[in-house]
Amino acid sequence: MSTRQFGARVERNIDPKLLRGEGAFVDDIPLPDALHVAFLRSPHARARIVSIDASAAKRHPGVAAIYTSDDIGTLDVEMPLLIPHPSMKNPKTQRPLARGDVHYVGQTVAMVVAVDRYTAEDAAALIEVEYEPLPLEMDLAKALTDDAPLVHADVPNNLAAHFIQTSGNPDDAFARAEHVTKITVQVDRSTAAPMECRAVAARWDAVSGELTVWDGTQAPISVRGGLASVFELDEDKVRVIAPDVGGGFGQKVLLFYPDELLVPMAAMRLGRPVKYIEDRRENFLGSSQERTQIHTIELAALRTGEVIGLRDFFLHDTGAFIPYGIAVAQVASTSIAGPYRIPNIFVEFKAVYTPTVQVTPYRGCGRPQACFALERAMDQLAEELGLDRFEIRRRNLIAEKEFPYEREGLLFADGLKVTLDSGQYGKALAMAAAELGAESFAAEQAKARAEGRYLGLGLACYVEGTGLGPYEGGHVKIHPITGKVYVNTGLSTQGQGHDTVFAQIVADQLGVSPQDVIVVEGDTKAFDWGVATFASRAAVVSGNAIHKTALTVRKKVIEAAANMLDVDPDQIELRDSAAWVKGSNRFAPLAAIATASNPLRYAFNKAAQAATQFARASKHDGPPLADGQAPGLEATDYYSPSQSTWAYGVHGAIIEVDPGLCTVKIRKYVCIHDCGNMINPMIVEGQVLGGIAQGIGGALYEHLDYQADGNLANASLMDFLVPYATEIPNVSILHLETPTPLNPLGVKGVGEAGCIAVGAVVASGVEDALRPFGALKFHQVPLSPNMISYALETAGY
Amino acid sequence: MARTMKAAIPDRSADAEVDVSMTVNGEAVSRSVSVRMLLSDFLRHELRLTGTHVGCEHGVCGCCTVLLNGRAGRSCLTLAVQANGYDIRTIESVASADGTLHPVQQAFKECHGLQCGYCTPGMVMNIVARFEEPGKLDLTDEGIRDLLSGNLCRCTGYLNIIAAVRRAAELLGRA
Ligand code: FES
Ligand code: FES
Repeated sequence: MSTRQFGARVERNIDPKLLRGEGAFVDDIPLPDALHVAFLRSPHARARIVSIDASAAKRHPGVAAIYTSDDIGTLDVEMPLLIPHPSMKNPKTQRPLARGDVHYVGQTVAMVVAVDRYTAEDAAALIEVEYEPLPLEMDLAKALTDDAPLVHADVPNNLAAHFIQTSGNPDDAFARAEHVTKITVQVDRSTAAPMECRAVAARWDAVSGELTVWDGTQAPISVRGGLASVFELDEDKVRVIAPDVGGGFGQKVLLFYPDELLVPMAAMRLGRPVKYIEDRRENFLGSSQERTQIHTIELAALRTGEVIGLRDFFLHDTGAFIPYGIAVAQVASTSIAGPYRIPNIFVEFKAVYTPTVQVTPYRGCGRPQACFALERAMDQLAEELGLDRFEIRRRNLIAEKEFPYEREGLLFADGLKVTLDSGQYGKALAMAAAELGAESFAAEQAKARAEGRYLGLGLACYVEGTGLGPYEGGHVKIHPITGKVYVNTGLSTQGQGHDTVFAQIVADQLGVSPQDVIVVEGDTKAFDWGVATFASRAAVVSGNAIHKTALTVRKKVIEAAANMLDVDPDQIELRDSAAWVKGSNRFAPLAAIATASNPLRYAFNKAAQAATQFARASKHDGPPLADGQAPGLEATDYYSPSQSTWAYGVHGAIIEVDPGLCTVKIRKYVCIHDCGNMINPMIVEGQVLGGIAQGIGGALYEHLDYQADGNLANASLMDFLVPYATEIPNVSILHLETPTPLNPLGVKGVGEAGCIAVGAVVASGVEDALRPFGALKFHQVPLSPNMISYALETAGY
Repeated sequence: MARTMKAAIPDRSADAEVDVSMTVNGEAVSRSVSVRMLLSDFLRHELRLTGTHVGCEHGVCGCCTVLLNGRAGRSCLTLAVQANGYDIRTIESVASADGTLHPVQQAFKECHGLQCGYCTPGMVMNIVARFEEPGKLDLTDEGIRDLLSGNLCRCTGYLNIIAAVRRAAELLGRA
């Protein structure tokens, strides 16, 4: 293999299996005699449970067990708070099954285990629960007032957290300002809606004392640790497998969802495998959501358009619980100044409990909201100062020579000060302008208007802190029989193509094809040091860990091969799954080197026989393994990033609005994107395109419609509008590759990038398109036809 | 945590059962199943053909698409008993017996038309059905979007799937 695999558009190893229908998602794992779970969920957003009578349900034929909070022993406690933070006074997490009060529609009240899901649902409907409904407040601002009804009786004003961060001297900046602009914007509640809902299955083996759990989770190692603690089992006796997982986008990492504890519990108690396969309605009513924030942002500027200060105050809706602490709001806070210099920042938020599904990170994690606030404010500032939207951004973007650019006083999710590490922000903006045809757009727009068509140009820039620590690991081993390379890391994958990108990294170091690198992750029996897949961190953290490990194995291969071929190590080159003496046709296959590196030799196969043809792989006297030597060609290593690395991009679009129908059509969408060195551009583009499609959903369609009584009115894919192909325009993606200096591969994360800027782009474009009707303002997403209609009506159209 | 002995656990529900027979991927199958069992559950759990996925069970996502007498249909909106006597084809029948990918599958691979792969079997079955219909295919951007308009994908953003449809048409000589 002389062609470099890093950077190549390598087709994915995992695809044939998935395409043939041979994927193994949780509900595909054959578990003979499995019992099935259905939950009884609260129909009230706030109520006190007066009584539960499960007697009729228990008698229902086919029911194995019914559990309420009284029946689950030591599990009847509040679940862990994942990320404590001093800004939270009285952080609330959920119990597996409600005790006393219910706090949102959909909260789990009882669990039914039965012979099949149909029967379990029937039995759940037979459980009699008497509720005493309690008053509630859905509006964020009103929920903070003194006489508002409370989500938790002991949390005054529903205030979950209050936090202020300051960078530079914002008061001074506002005092010096020649112009101040101020707007209030809102992003509404949404959900990840992965195509596979969540799923958990468990099998307890009473003979071996082993608990095996299949969990469609982004964090199998953490789930394993949690289960071992809760059930007081040795970690070694608990195996958690995240098999194929049908999308995650942040929703599938929470420690714990109720089912993740209760399903293993039931399997252990009943001595039968137990399965919970969440249905779509339950995914809407019980699995984490995100997005609602209301920002009031002010920019302090000079007349030149230079922004010298920013003040932002926002309300963050955390739902009924705050298991992730302030993660989402903190990421929004620290992303608030985007790619701009803005040296003086004041950002304050209040996280508010509402009687709704808990809020935890969904792809973007606060960044789309921060981007929406900042970019809408930039547009307004440009308008008020009479500047072009590109020009005002150009004047404020951090220049290449200014990196690393620090924001003293703003602490990112890794607890470290925001430090933008590298980029070509100005170039990206120029590329976006060129690709959009911004120069000639005004003429095109005027021509269209003359024909009665309303075109607008939308624009937004974003940054994305990626690659959160603390660490990930890599294990690389060359198999002595096949010569194939086995790689493990502590992540799980939900479609990101880890098995291929990690294979590419290893292939380059060991001279094998990526198809001969087998990546196994998502199984605690394969590798159990690590964190999880989230925060656009896999390529950065695991990628570099695997790279470091592959370098060590490479060194071992070269040393052994040099001994076997009796040449100096610098005479060895690795290609075509073999070590070659440079400039000759002498070589030793990797399988033979791996075999020879293990002093235990059975001639199982050709590789083993071939190994005997060479000199010894290790030159030492004494016992077969020298002191400190390990058998085989294998290594494990870790990578721990010093700080997050910041990707960025510029998005733009040409948008057409039909003022009669109030519809929005994206005519052209442009994305300039930089995630450092790309391991596989095909996969990067896939991630970006998928993110943009989710962003379009969030910009125009996807809105969880909570009613005043706390009921979710659109808990189905019929009514919550995930875009089909018909809603997604063609997108042109142009890459910049500015390597980060922070890690050996020079890579930055890309998972969340695509969705961040879309809402801001669409609102910007719609405003521009409707300019002939007056200065209409669009400060909320999703931007619905109703909003357009209302704005046009207000303007007298 | 108390690990109690197995209590007496029932092994069946009280559902009335009905005999169903159909041809699935060329093989005749007969089972006695609950009258309310969905065809998707029948395929997945009775026949262990788990390539057919379930994303909503209310007819919107298309993950569960199979061919019923040659036409693409939602197995989540069909009862097993309704499919009595039908000829059913699922994703497991699409590649050759030796595993060689069908041109539609091959095109998905070449164009990176899948990420998590959960929507993919439904997408592929829908596309295969349309390719098997006689007549000219509309391979314009609009035409392909229309072809895909019954299947949701949350990962890819569709554009690579659109490219895959075009590539499949090329591979099948239908371009
Ligand atoms: S599962 Fe059948 S359409 Fe969604
Ligand atoms: S590839 Fe994941 S839903 Fe389509």
